[in-house]
Amino acid sequence: MFGKLGLDDIPYHEPILVVTAIVMMLGGLAIVGLLTYFKKWKWLWTEWITSIDHKKLGIMYFLVALVMLLRGFSDAIMMRTQQAMAAGGAEGYLPPEHYDQIFTAHGVIMIFFVAMPMVIGLMNLVVPLQIGARDVAFPFMNNLSFWLFMAGVVLTMVSLLIGEYGKTGWLAYAPLSGIQYSPGVGVDYWIWGLQISGIGTTLTGINFFVTILKMRTKGMTLFRMPIFTWTSLCANILIIASFPILTATIALLTLDRYLGMHFFTNDMGGNMMMYVNLIWAWGHPEVYILILPAFGVFSEVIATFAKKRLFGYNTMVWATLAIGILSFVVWLHHFFTMGAGANVNAFFGIATMIIAIPTGVKIFNWLFTMYRGRLQFTSPVLWTLGFIITFTIGGMTGVMLAVPGANFVLHNSLFVIAHFHNVIIGGVVFGMLAGLTYWFPKAFGFKLDEKWGKRSFWFWITGFYLAFMPLYILSFMGAVRRMQSYANADWQPLMIVAWVGAVLILCGIACTVIQFIVSIRNREKYADITGDPWDARTLEWSTSSPAPFYNFAHLPNVGSVDAFWEAKKEKGMAADKPTQYEDIHMPKNTVAGPIIGLISIVFGFALVWHIWWLAGVGAVGMFVAFMFRVFNDDIDYYVPAAEVERIEREHHKRLEMQA
Amino acid sequence: MRMKKNLGWLGILPLIAVLLSGCDGALVDPKGQIGVELKSLIITAFWLMMIVVIPVLVMTVVFAWKYRHSNHAAKYMPDWAHSNKIEAVVWLIPCIIILFLGIITWKTSHSLDPHKPIESDVETMEVQVVALDWKWLFIYPEQGIATVNEVAMPVDVPVHFSVTSAAVMNSFFIPTLGSQIYAMAGMDNDVYLVANEAGVYDGKSSNYSGKGFSEMTFDAHAMSQDDFDAWVDKVGQSSETLSYEGSYQELAEPSTDHPVEYFSDVTSDLYRDIVEGFHGGNGEGGHDGGHGETSMSAEAAE
Repeated sequence: MFGKLGLDDIPYHEPILVVTAIVMMLGGLAIVGLLTYFKKWKWLWTEWITSIDHKKLGIMYFLVALVMLLRGFSDAIMMRTQQAMAAGGAEGYLPPEHYDQIFTAHGVIMIFFVAMPMVIGLMNLVVPLQIGARDVAFPFMNNLSFWLFMAGVVLTMVSLLIGEYGKTGWLAYAPLSGIQYSPGVGVDYWIWGLQISGIGTTLTGINFFVTILKMRTKGMTLFRMPIFTWTSLCANILIIASFPILTATIALLTLDRYLGMHFFTNDMGGNMMMYVNLIWAWGHPEVYILILPAFGVFSEVIATFAKKRLFGYNTMVWATLAIGILSFVVWLHHFFTMGAGANVNAFFGIATMIIAIPTGVKIFNWLFTMYRGRLQFTSPVLWTLGFIITFTIGGMTGVMLAVPGANFVLHNSLFVIAHFHNVIIGGVVFGMLAGLTYWFPKAFGFKLDEKWGKRSFWFWITGFYLAFMPLYILSFMGAVRRMQSYANADWQPLMIVAWVGAVLILCGIACTVIQFIVSIRNREKYADITGDPWDARTLEWSTSSPAPFYNFAHLPNVGSVDAFWEAKKEKGMAADKPTQYEDIHMPKNTVAGPIIGLISIVFGFALVWHIWWLAGVGAVGMFVAFMFRVFNDDIDYYVPAAEVERIEREHHKRLEMQA
Repeated sequence: MRMKKNLGWLGILPLIAVLLSGCDGALVDPKGQIGVELKSLIITAFWLMMIVVIPVLVMTVVFAWKYRHSNHAAKYMPDWAHSNKIEAVVWLIPCIIILFLGIITWKTSHSLDPHKPIESDVETMEVQVVALDWKWLFIYPEQGIATVNEVAMPVDVPVHFSVTSAAVMNSFFIPTLGSQIYAMAGMDNDVYLVANEAGVYDGKSSNYSGKGFSEMTFDAHAMSQDDFDAWVDKVGQSSETLSYEGSYQELAEPSTDHPVEYFSDVTSDLYRDIVEGFHGGNGEGGHDGGHGETSMSAEAAE
């Protein structure tokens, strides 16, 4: 009846997990209570859960990402605490059983459920506005993507309280992840969490690829697109090309585990090298899926706050495209030590280094955008400057790792850990936090508090250097990754320094939380009436803040890269107040998206625990829900011109009052 | 903005310090020819990168400060966004550096290829390494002995380590001596290393392999030829022996923090048996460890 699931799978004998469970339940009850007390259930359902508005989906992605950041960071600080303690024979406080789950969950959560939703959330919020569109190409699919992603999040969180998570490392290398060496349900949670959310990601990739290619406003040729849109386009191409590899690889592993097949097993002709190749054929493009949009954010931020056109727009575009293409021919640099021949290693090493060229050019372009500009030191700019410095160092250590000879001693050491945190924190996290601060007014109509934003930055950057520079040094002393304990007591002082760094990063995260609270309380003071709080350059700033649900009353006409900036310089802001409005065609909310997402959680859970009847019910349920959607013709409507006029009048009235 | 400058340097100072000061670390103070060459390669790559990293760090701080919003003395050109000269330079310099680094990479990928024998007047010694859950088995085919979690080698004698696994993927790594190589079941991988100085060096798996991973360590003893011969005798006096069908199966059972063990006798094809033991079933084709030493055959499949 319940497959492998039994009462023993609930870890009520683990105090840490019991406390976590209680806190999570109390939190859940509090939210339910508040929603009921303020009678907000209907609001939640119609305004958010069933919404197909790309801006709201973007906000939800980002919100989930921030919550998951807290979870992923809890894992991080637990690991740092363990490594600060478990030296020279000491065992620390986490046995391997726990420690191994924690570093696996940390990696998975930070990449799939923090970095990815931040990037996708920002794309949702910004891209349609930047290209002058009213929504994405497939609004229903956008909602469905979000709920499939949420299903992955929920399954991963459920593993904390029912059963266990994988103890394999975040990429679940075979044969360790095979049924012989990982008989528990941990890897199955990993499989279904990533499989379901990964399909959501693939759908997002298709959605935004089509949106950017087909839904640009009049006059916006490809080479008039803002850089963030360009980098998003490339990231989505990478998603479309690489995520199916992940899906297929996980599917093969699933066949190994569920049906006793031998794709990646030790014996019967299985080949674990194939698994490692496949997973990195997805995994390397994945890091560019994360970093390219961050590059886009920095490009927008630096041009806006330097009050100057972006230096070398064309170069920037071609460099982005070059990075995107090259990202597919470098995957082998993740395992030079597998034993391929010298020619193969040299090829992939050199291909990897070549990526440093367009990336370096981008960095120079940002520098020359500041050159002869008027740079305002707002918090997005601080994140950008912090990024340039940190990412340059991370890039350098990346090139060092790309030299196969050097890699033979640095591979799998803490050098690798330091390197990729160097580029992912310095690049993706800083980029997303810069983007959050920059576009927050467009999403909510008021700016974030600068003082707490800057505090967050200074804690993050000092915390980062303290946490990760010691790891570079430790790698030269022979320390490898994923150690639950180590015999060499000489490493302990640096491990403690790294722990202090993690605590400082915690302060940085706390500052961001405080920043939200302070900003919400002062939302009147920080209100953005104009829709253009930064005197920016791209189309999203030409509409009100928060943008109306239809984005633009009249689709804008674009004559150059900086069309909005030039229009402002020529005519001033409120000059073109339209006199006539027309009906606007918009999509309707969807019930099918959240329902399919919900059923997919049941489906995934049933498969994890081998509850076959329930999995069958889930599969049929998803299909039926999808069919209801397919045969539903009532999916769009027209916003009457009078309604548009009323909303726009209000905005113009506020503008005039301020003027 | 002075603080930011400090932070930028924070990033490279420890690296420089470690690379130059020769502090007491495995990669900084290598004890074998391969390790020494790898260290100098890392330092060369580091300084080549510095050619572009240092200007970037300096420019970031200088440009940001000079062109700050409040500095009206600085030139302001809001529409200046293109310069062929600058673009040419920013493409050219990284290209040249990568060209140099690429040449170095090509050469060292071949000269430091783990599979390449080390040139030496003395004959290379054979050691077969098997990664087990969670311990290392070392077989000395020439001496007919085997050990667990301890390996010994004479100083200045190149050692050819054949590396395989009888469990999950691991990586055989003695940081002080040089290159690591993956240990994979059914595959016969290899790495050549040499110790040029006597001492006891930490050895480990660097590729996470499950519960007992952290304690899957061994000591690598480099010693004079006489000491080595004495060590071989010592191992040879053990009452334990190892055979594929017998005691090996017992040893292969998972165990953590396994003590050092000596075996005075080993069946001659133990290593081959372990590798080929995974070639069972219908496994056909494409199964050798990358350099064709253990090709699959129908007999082996039995």
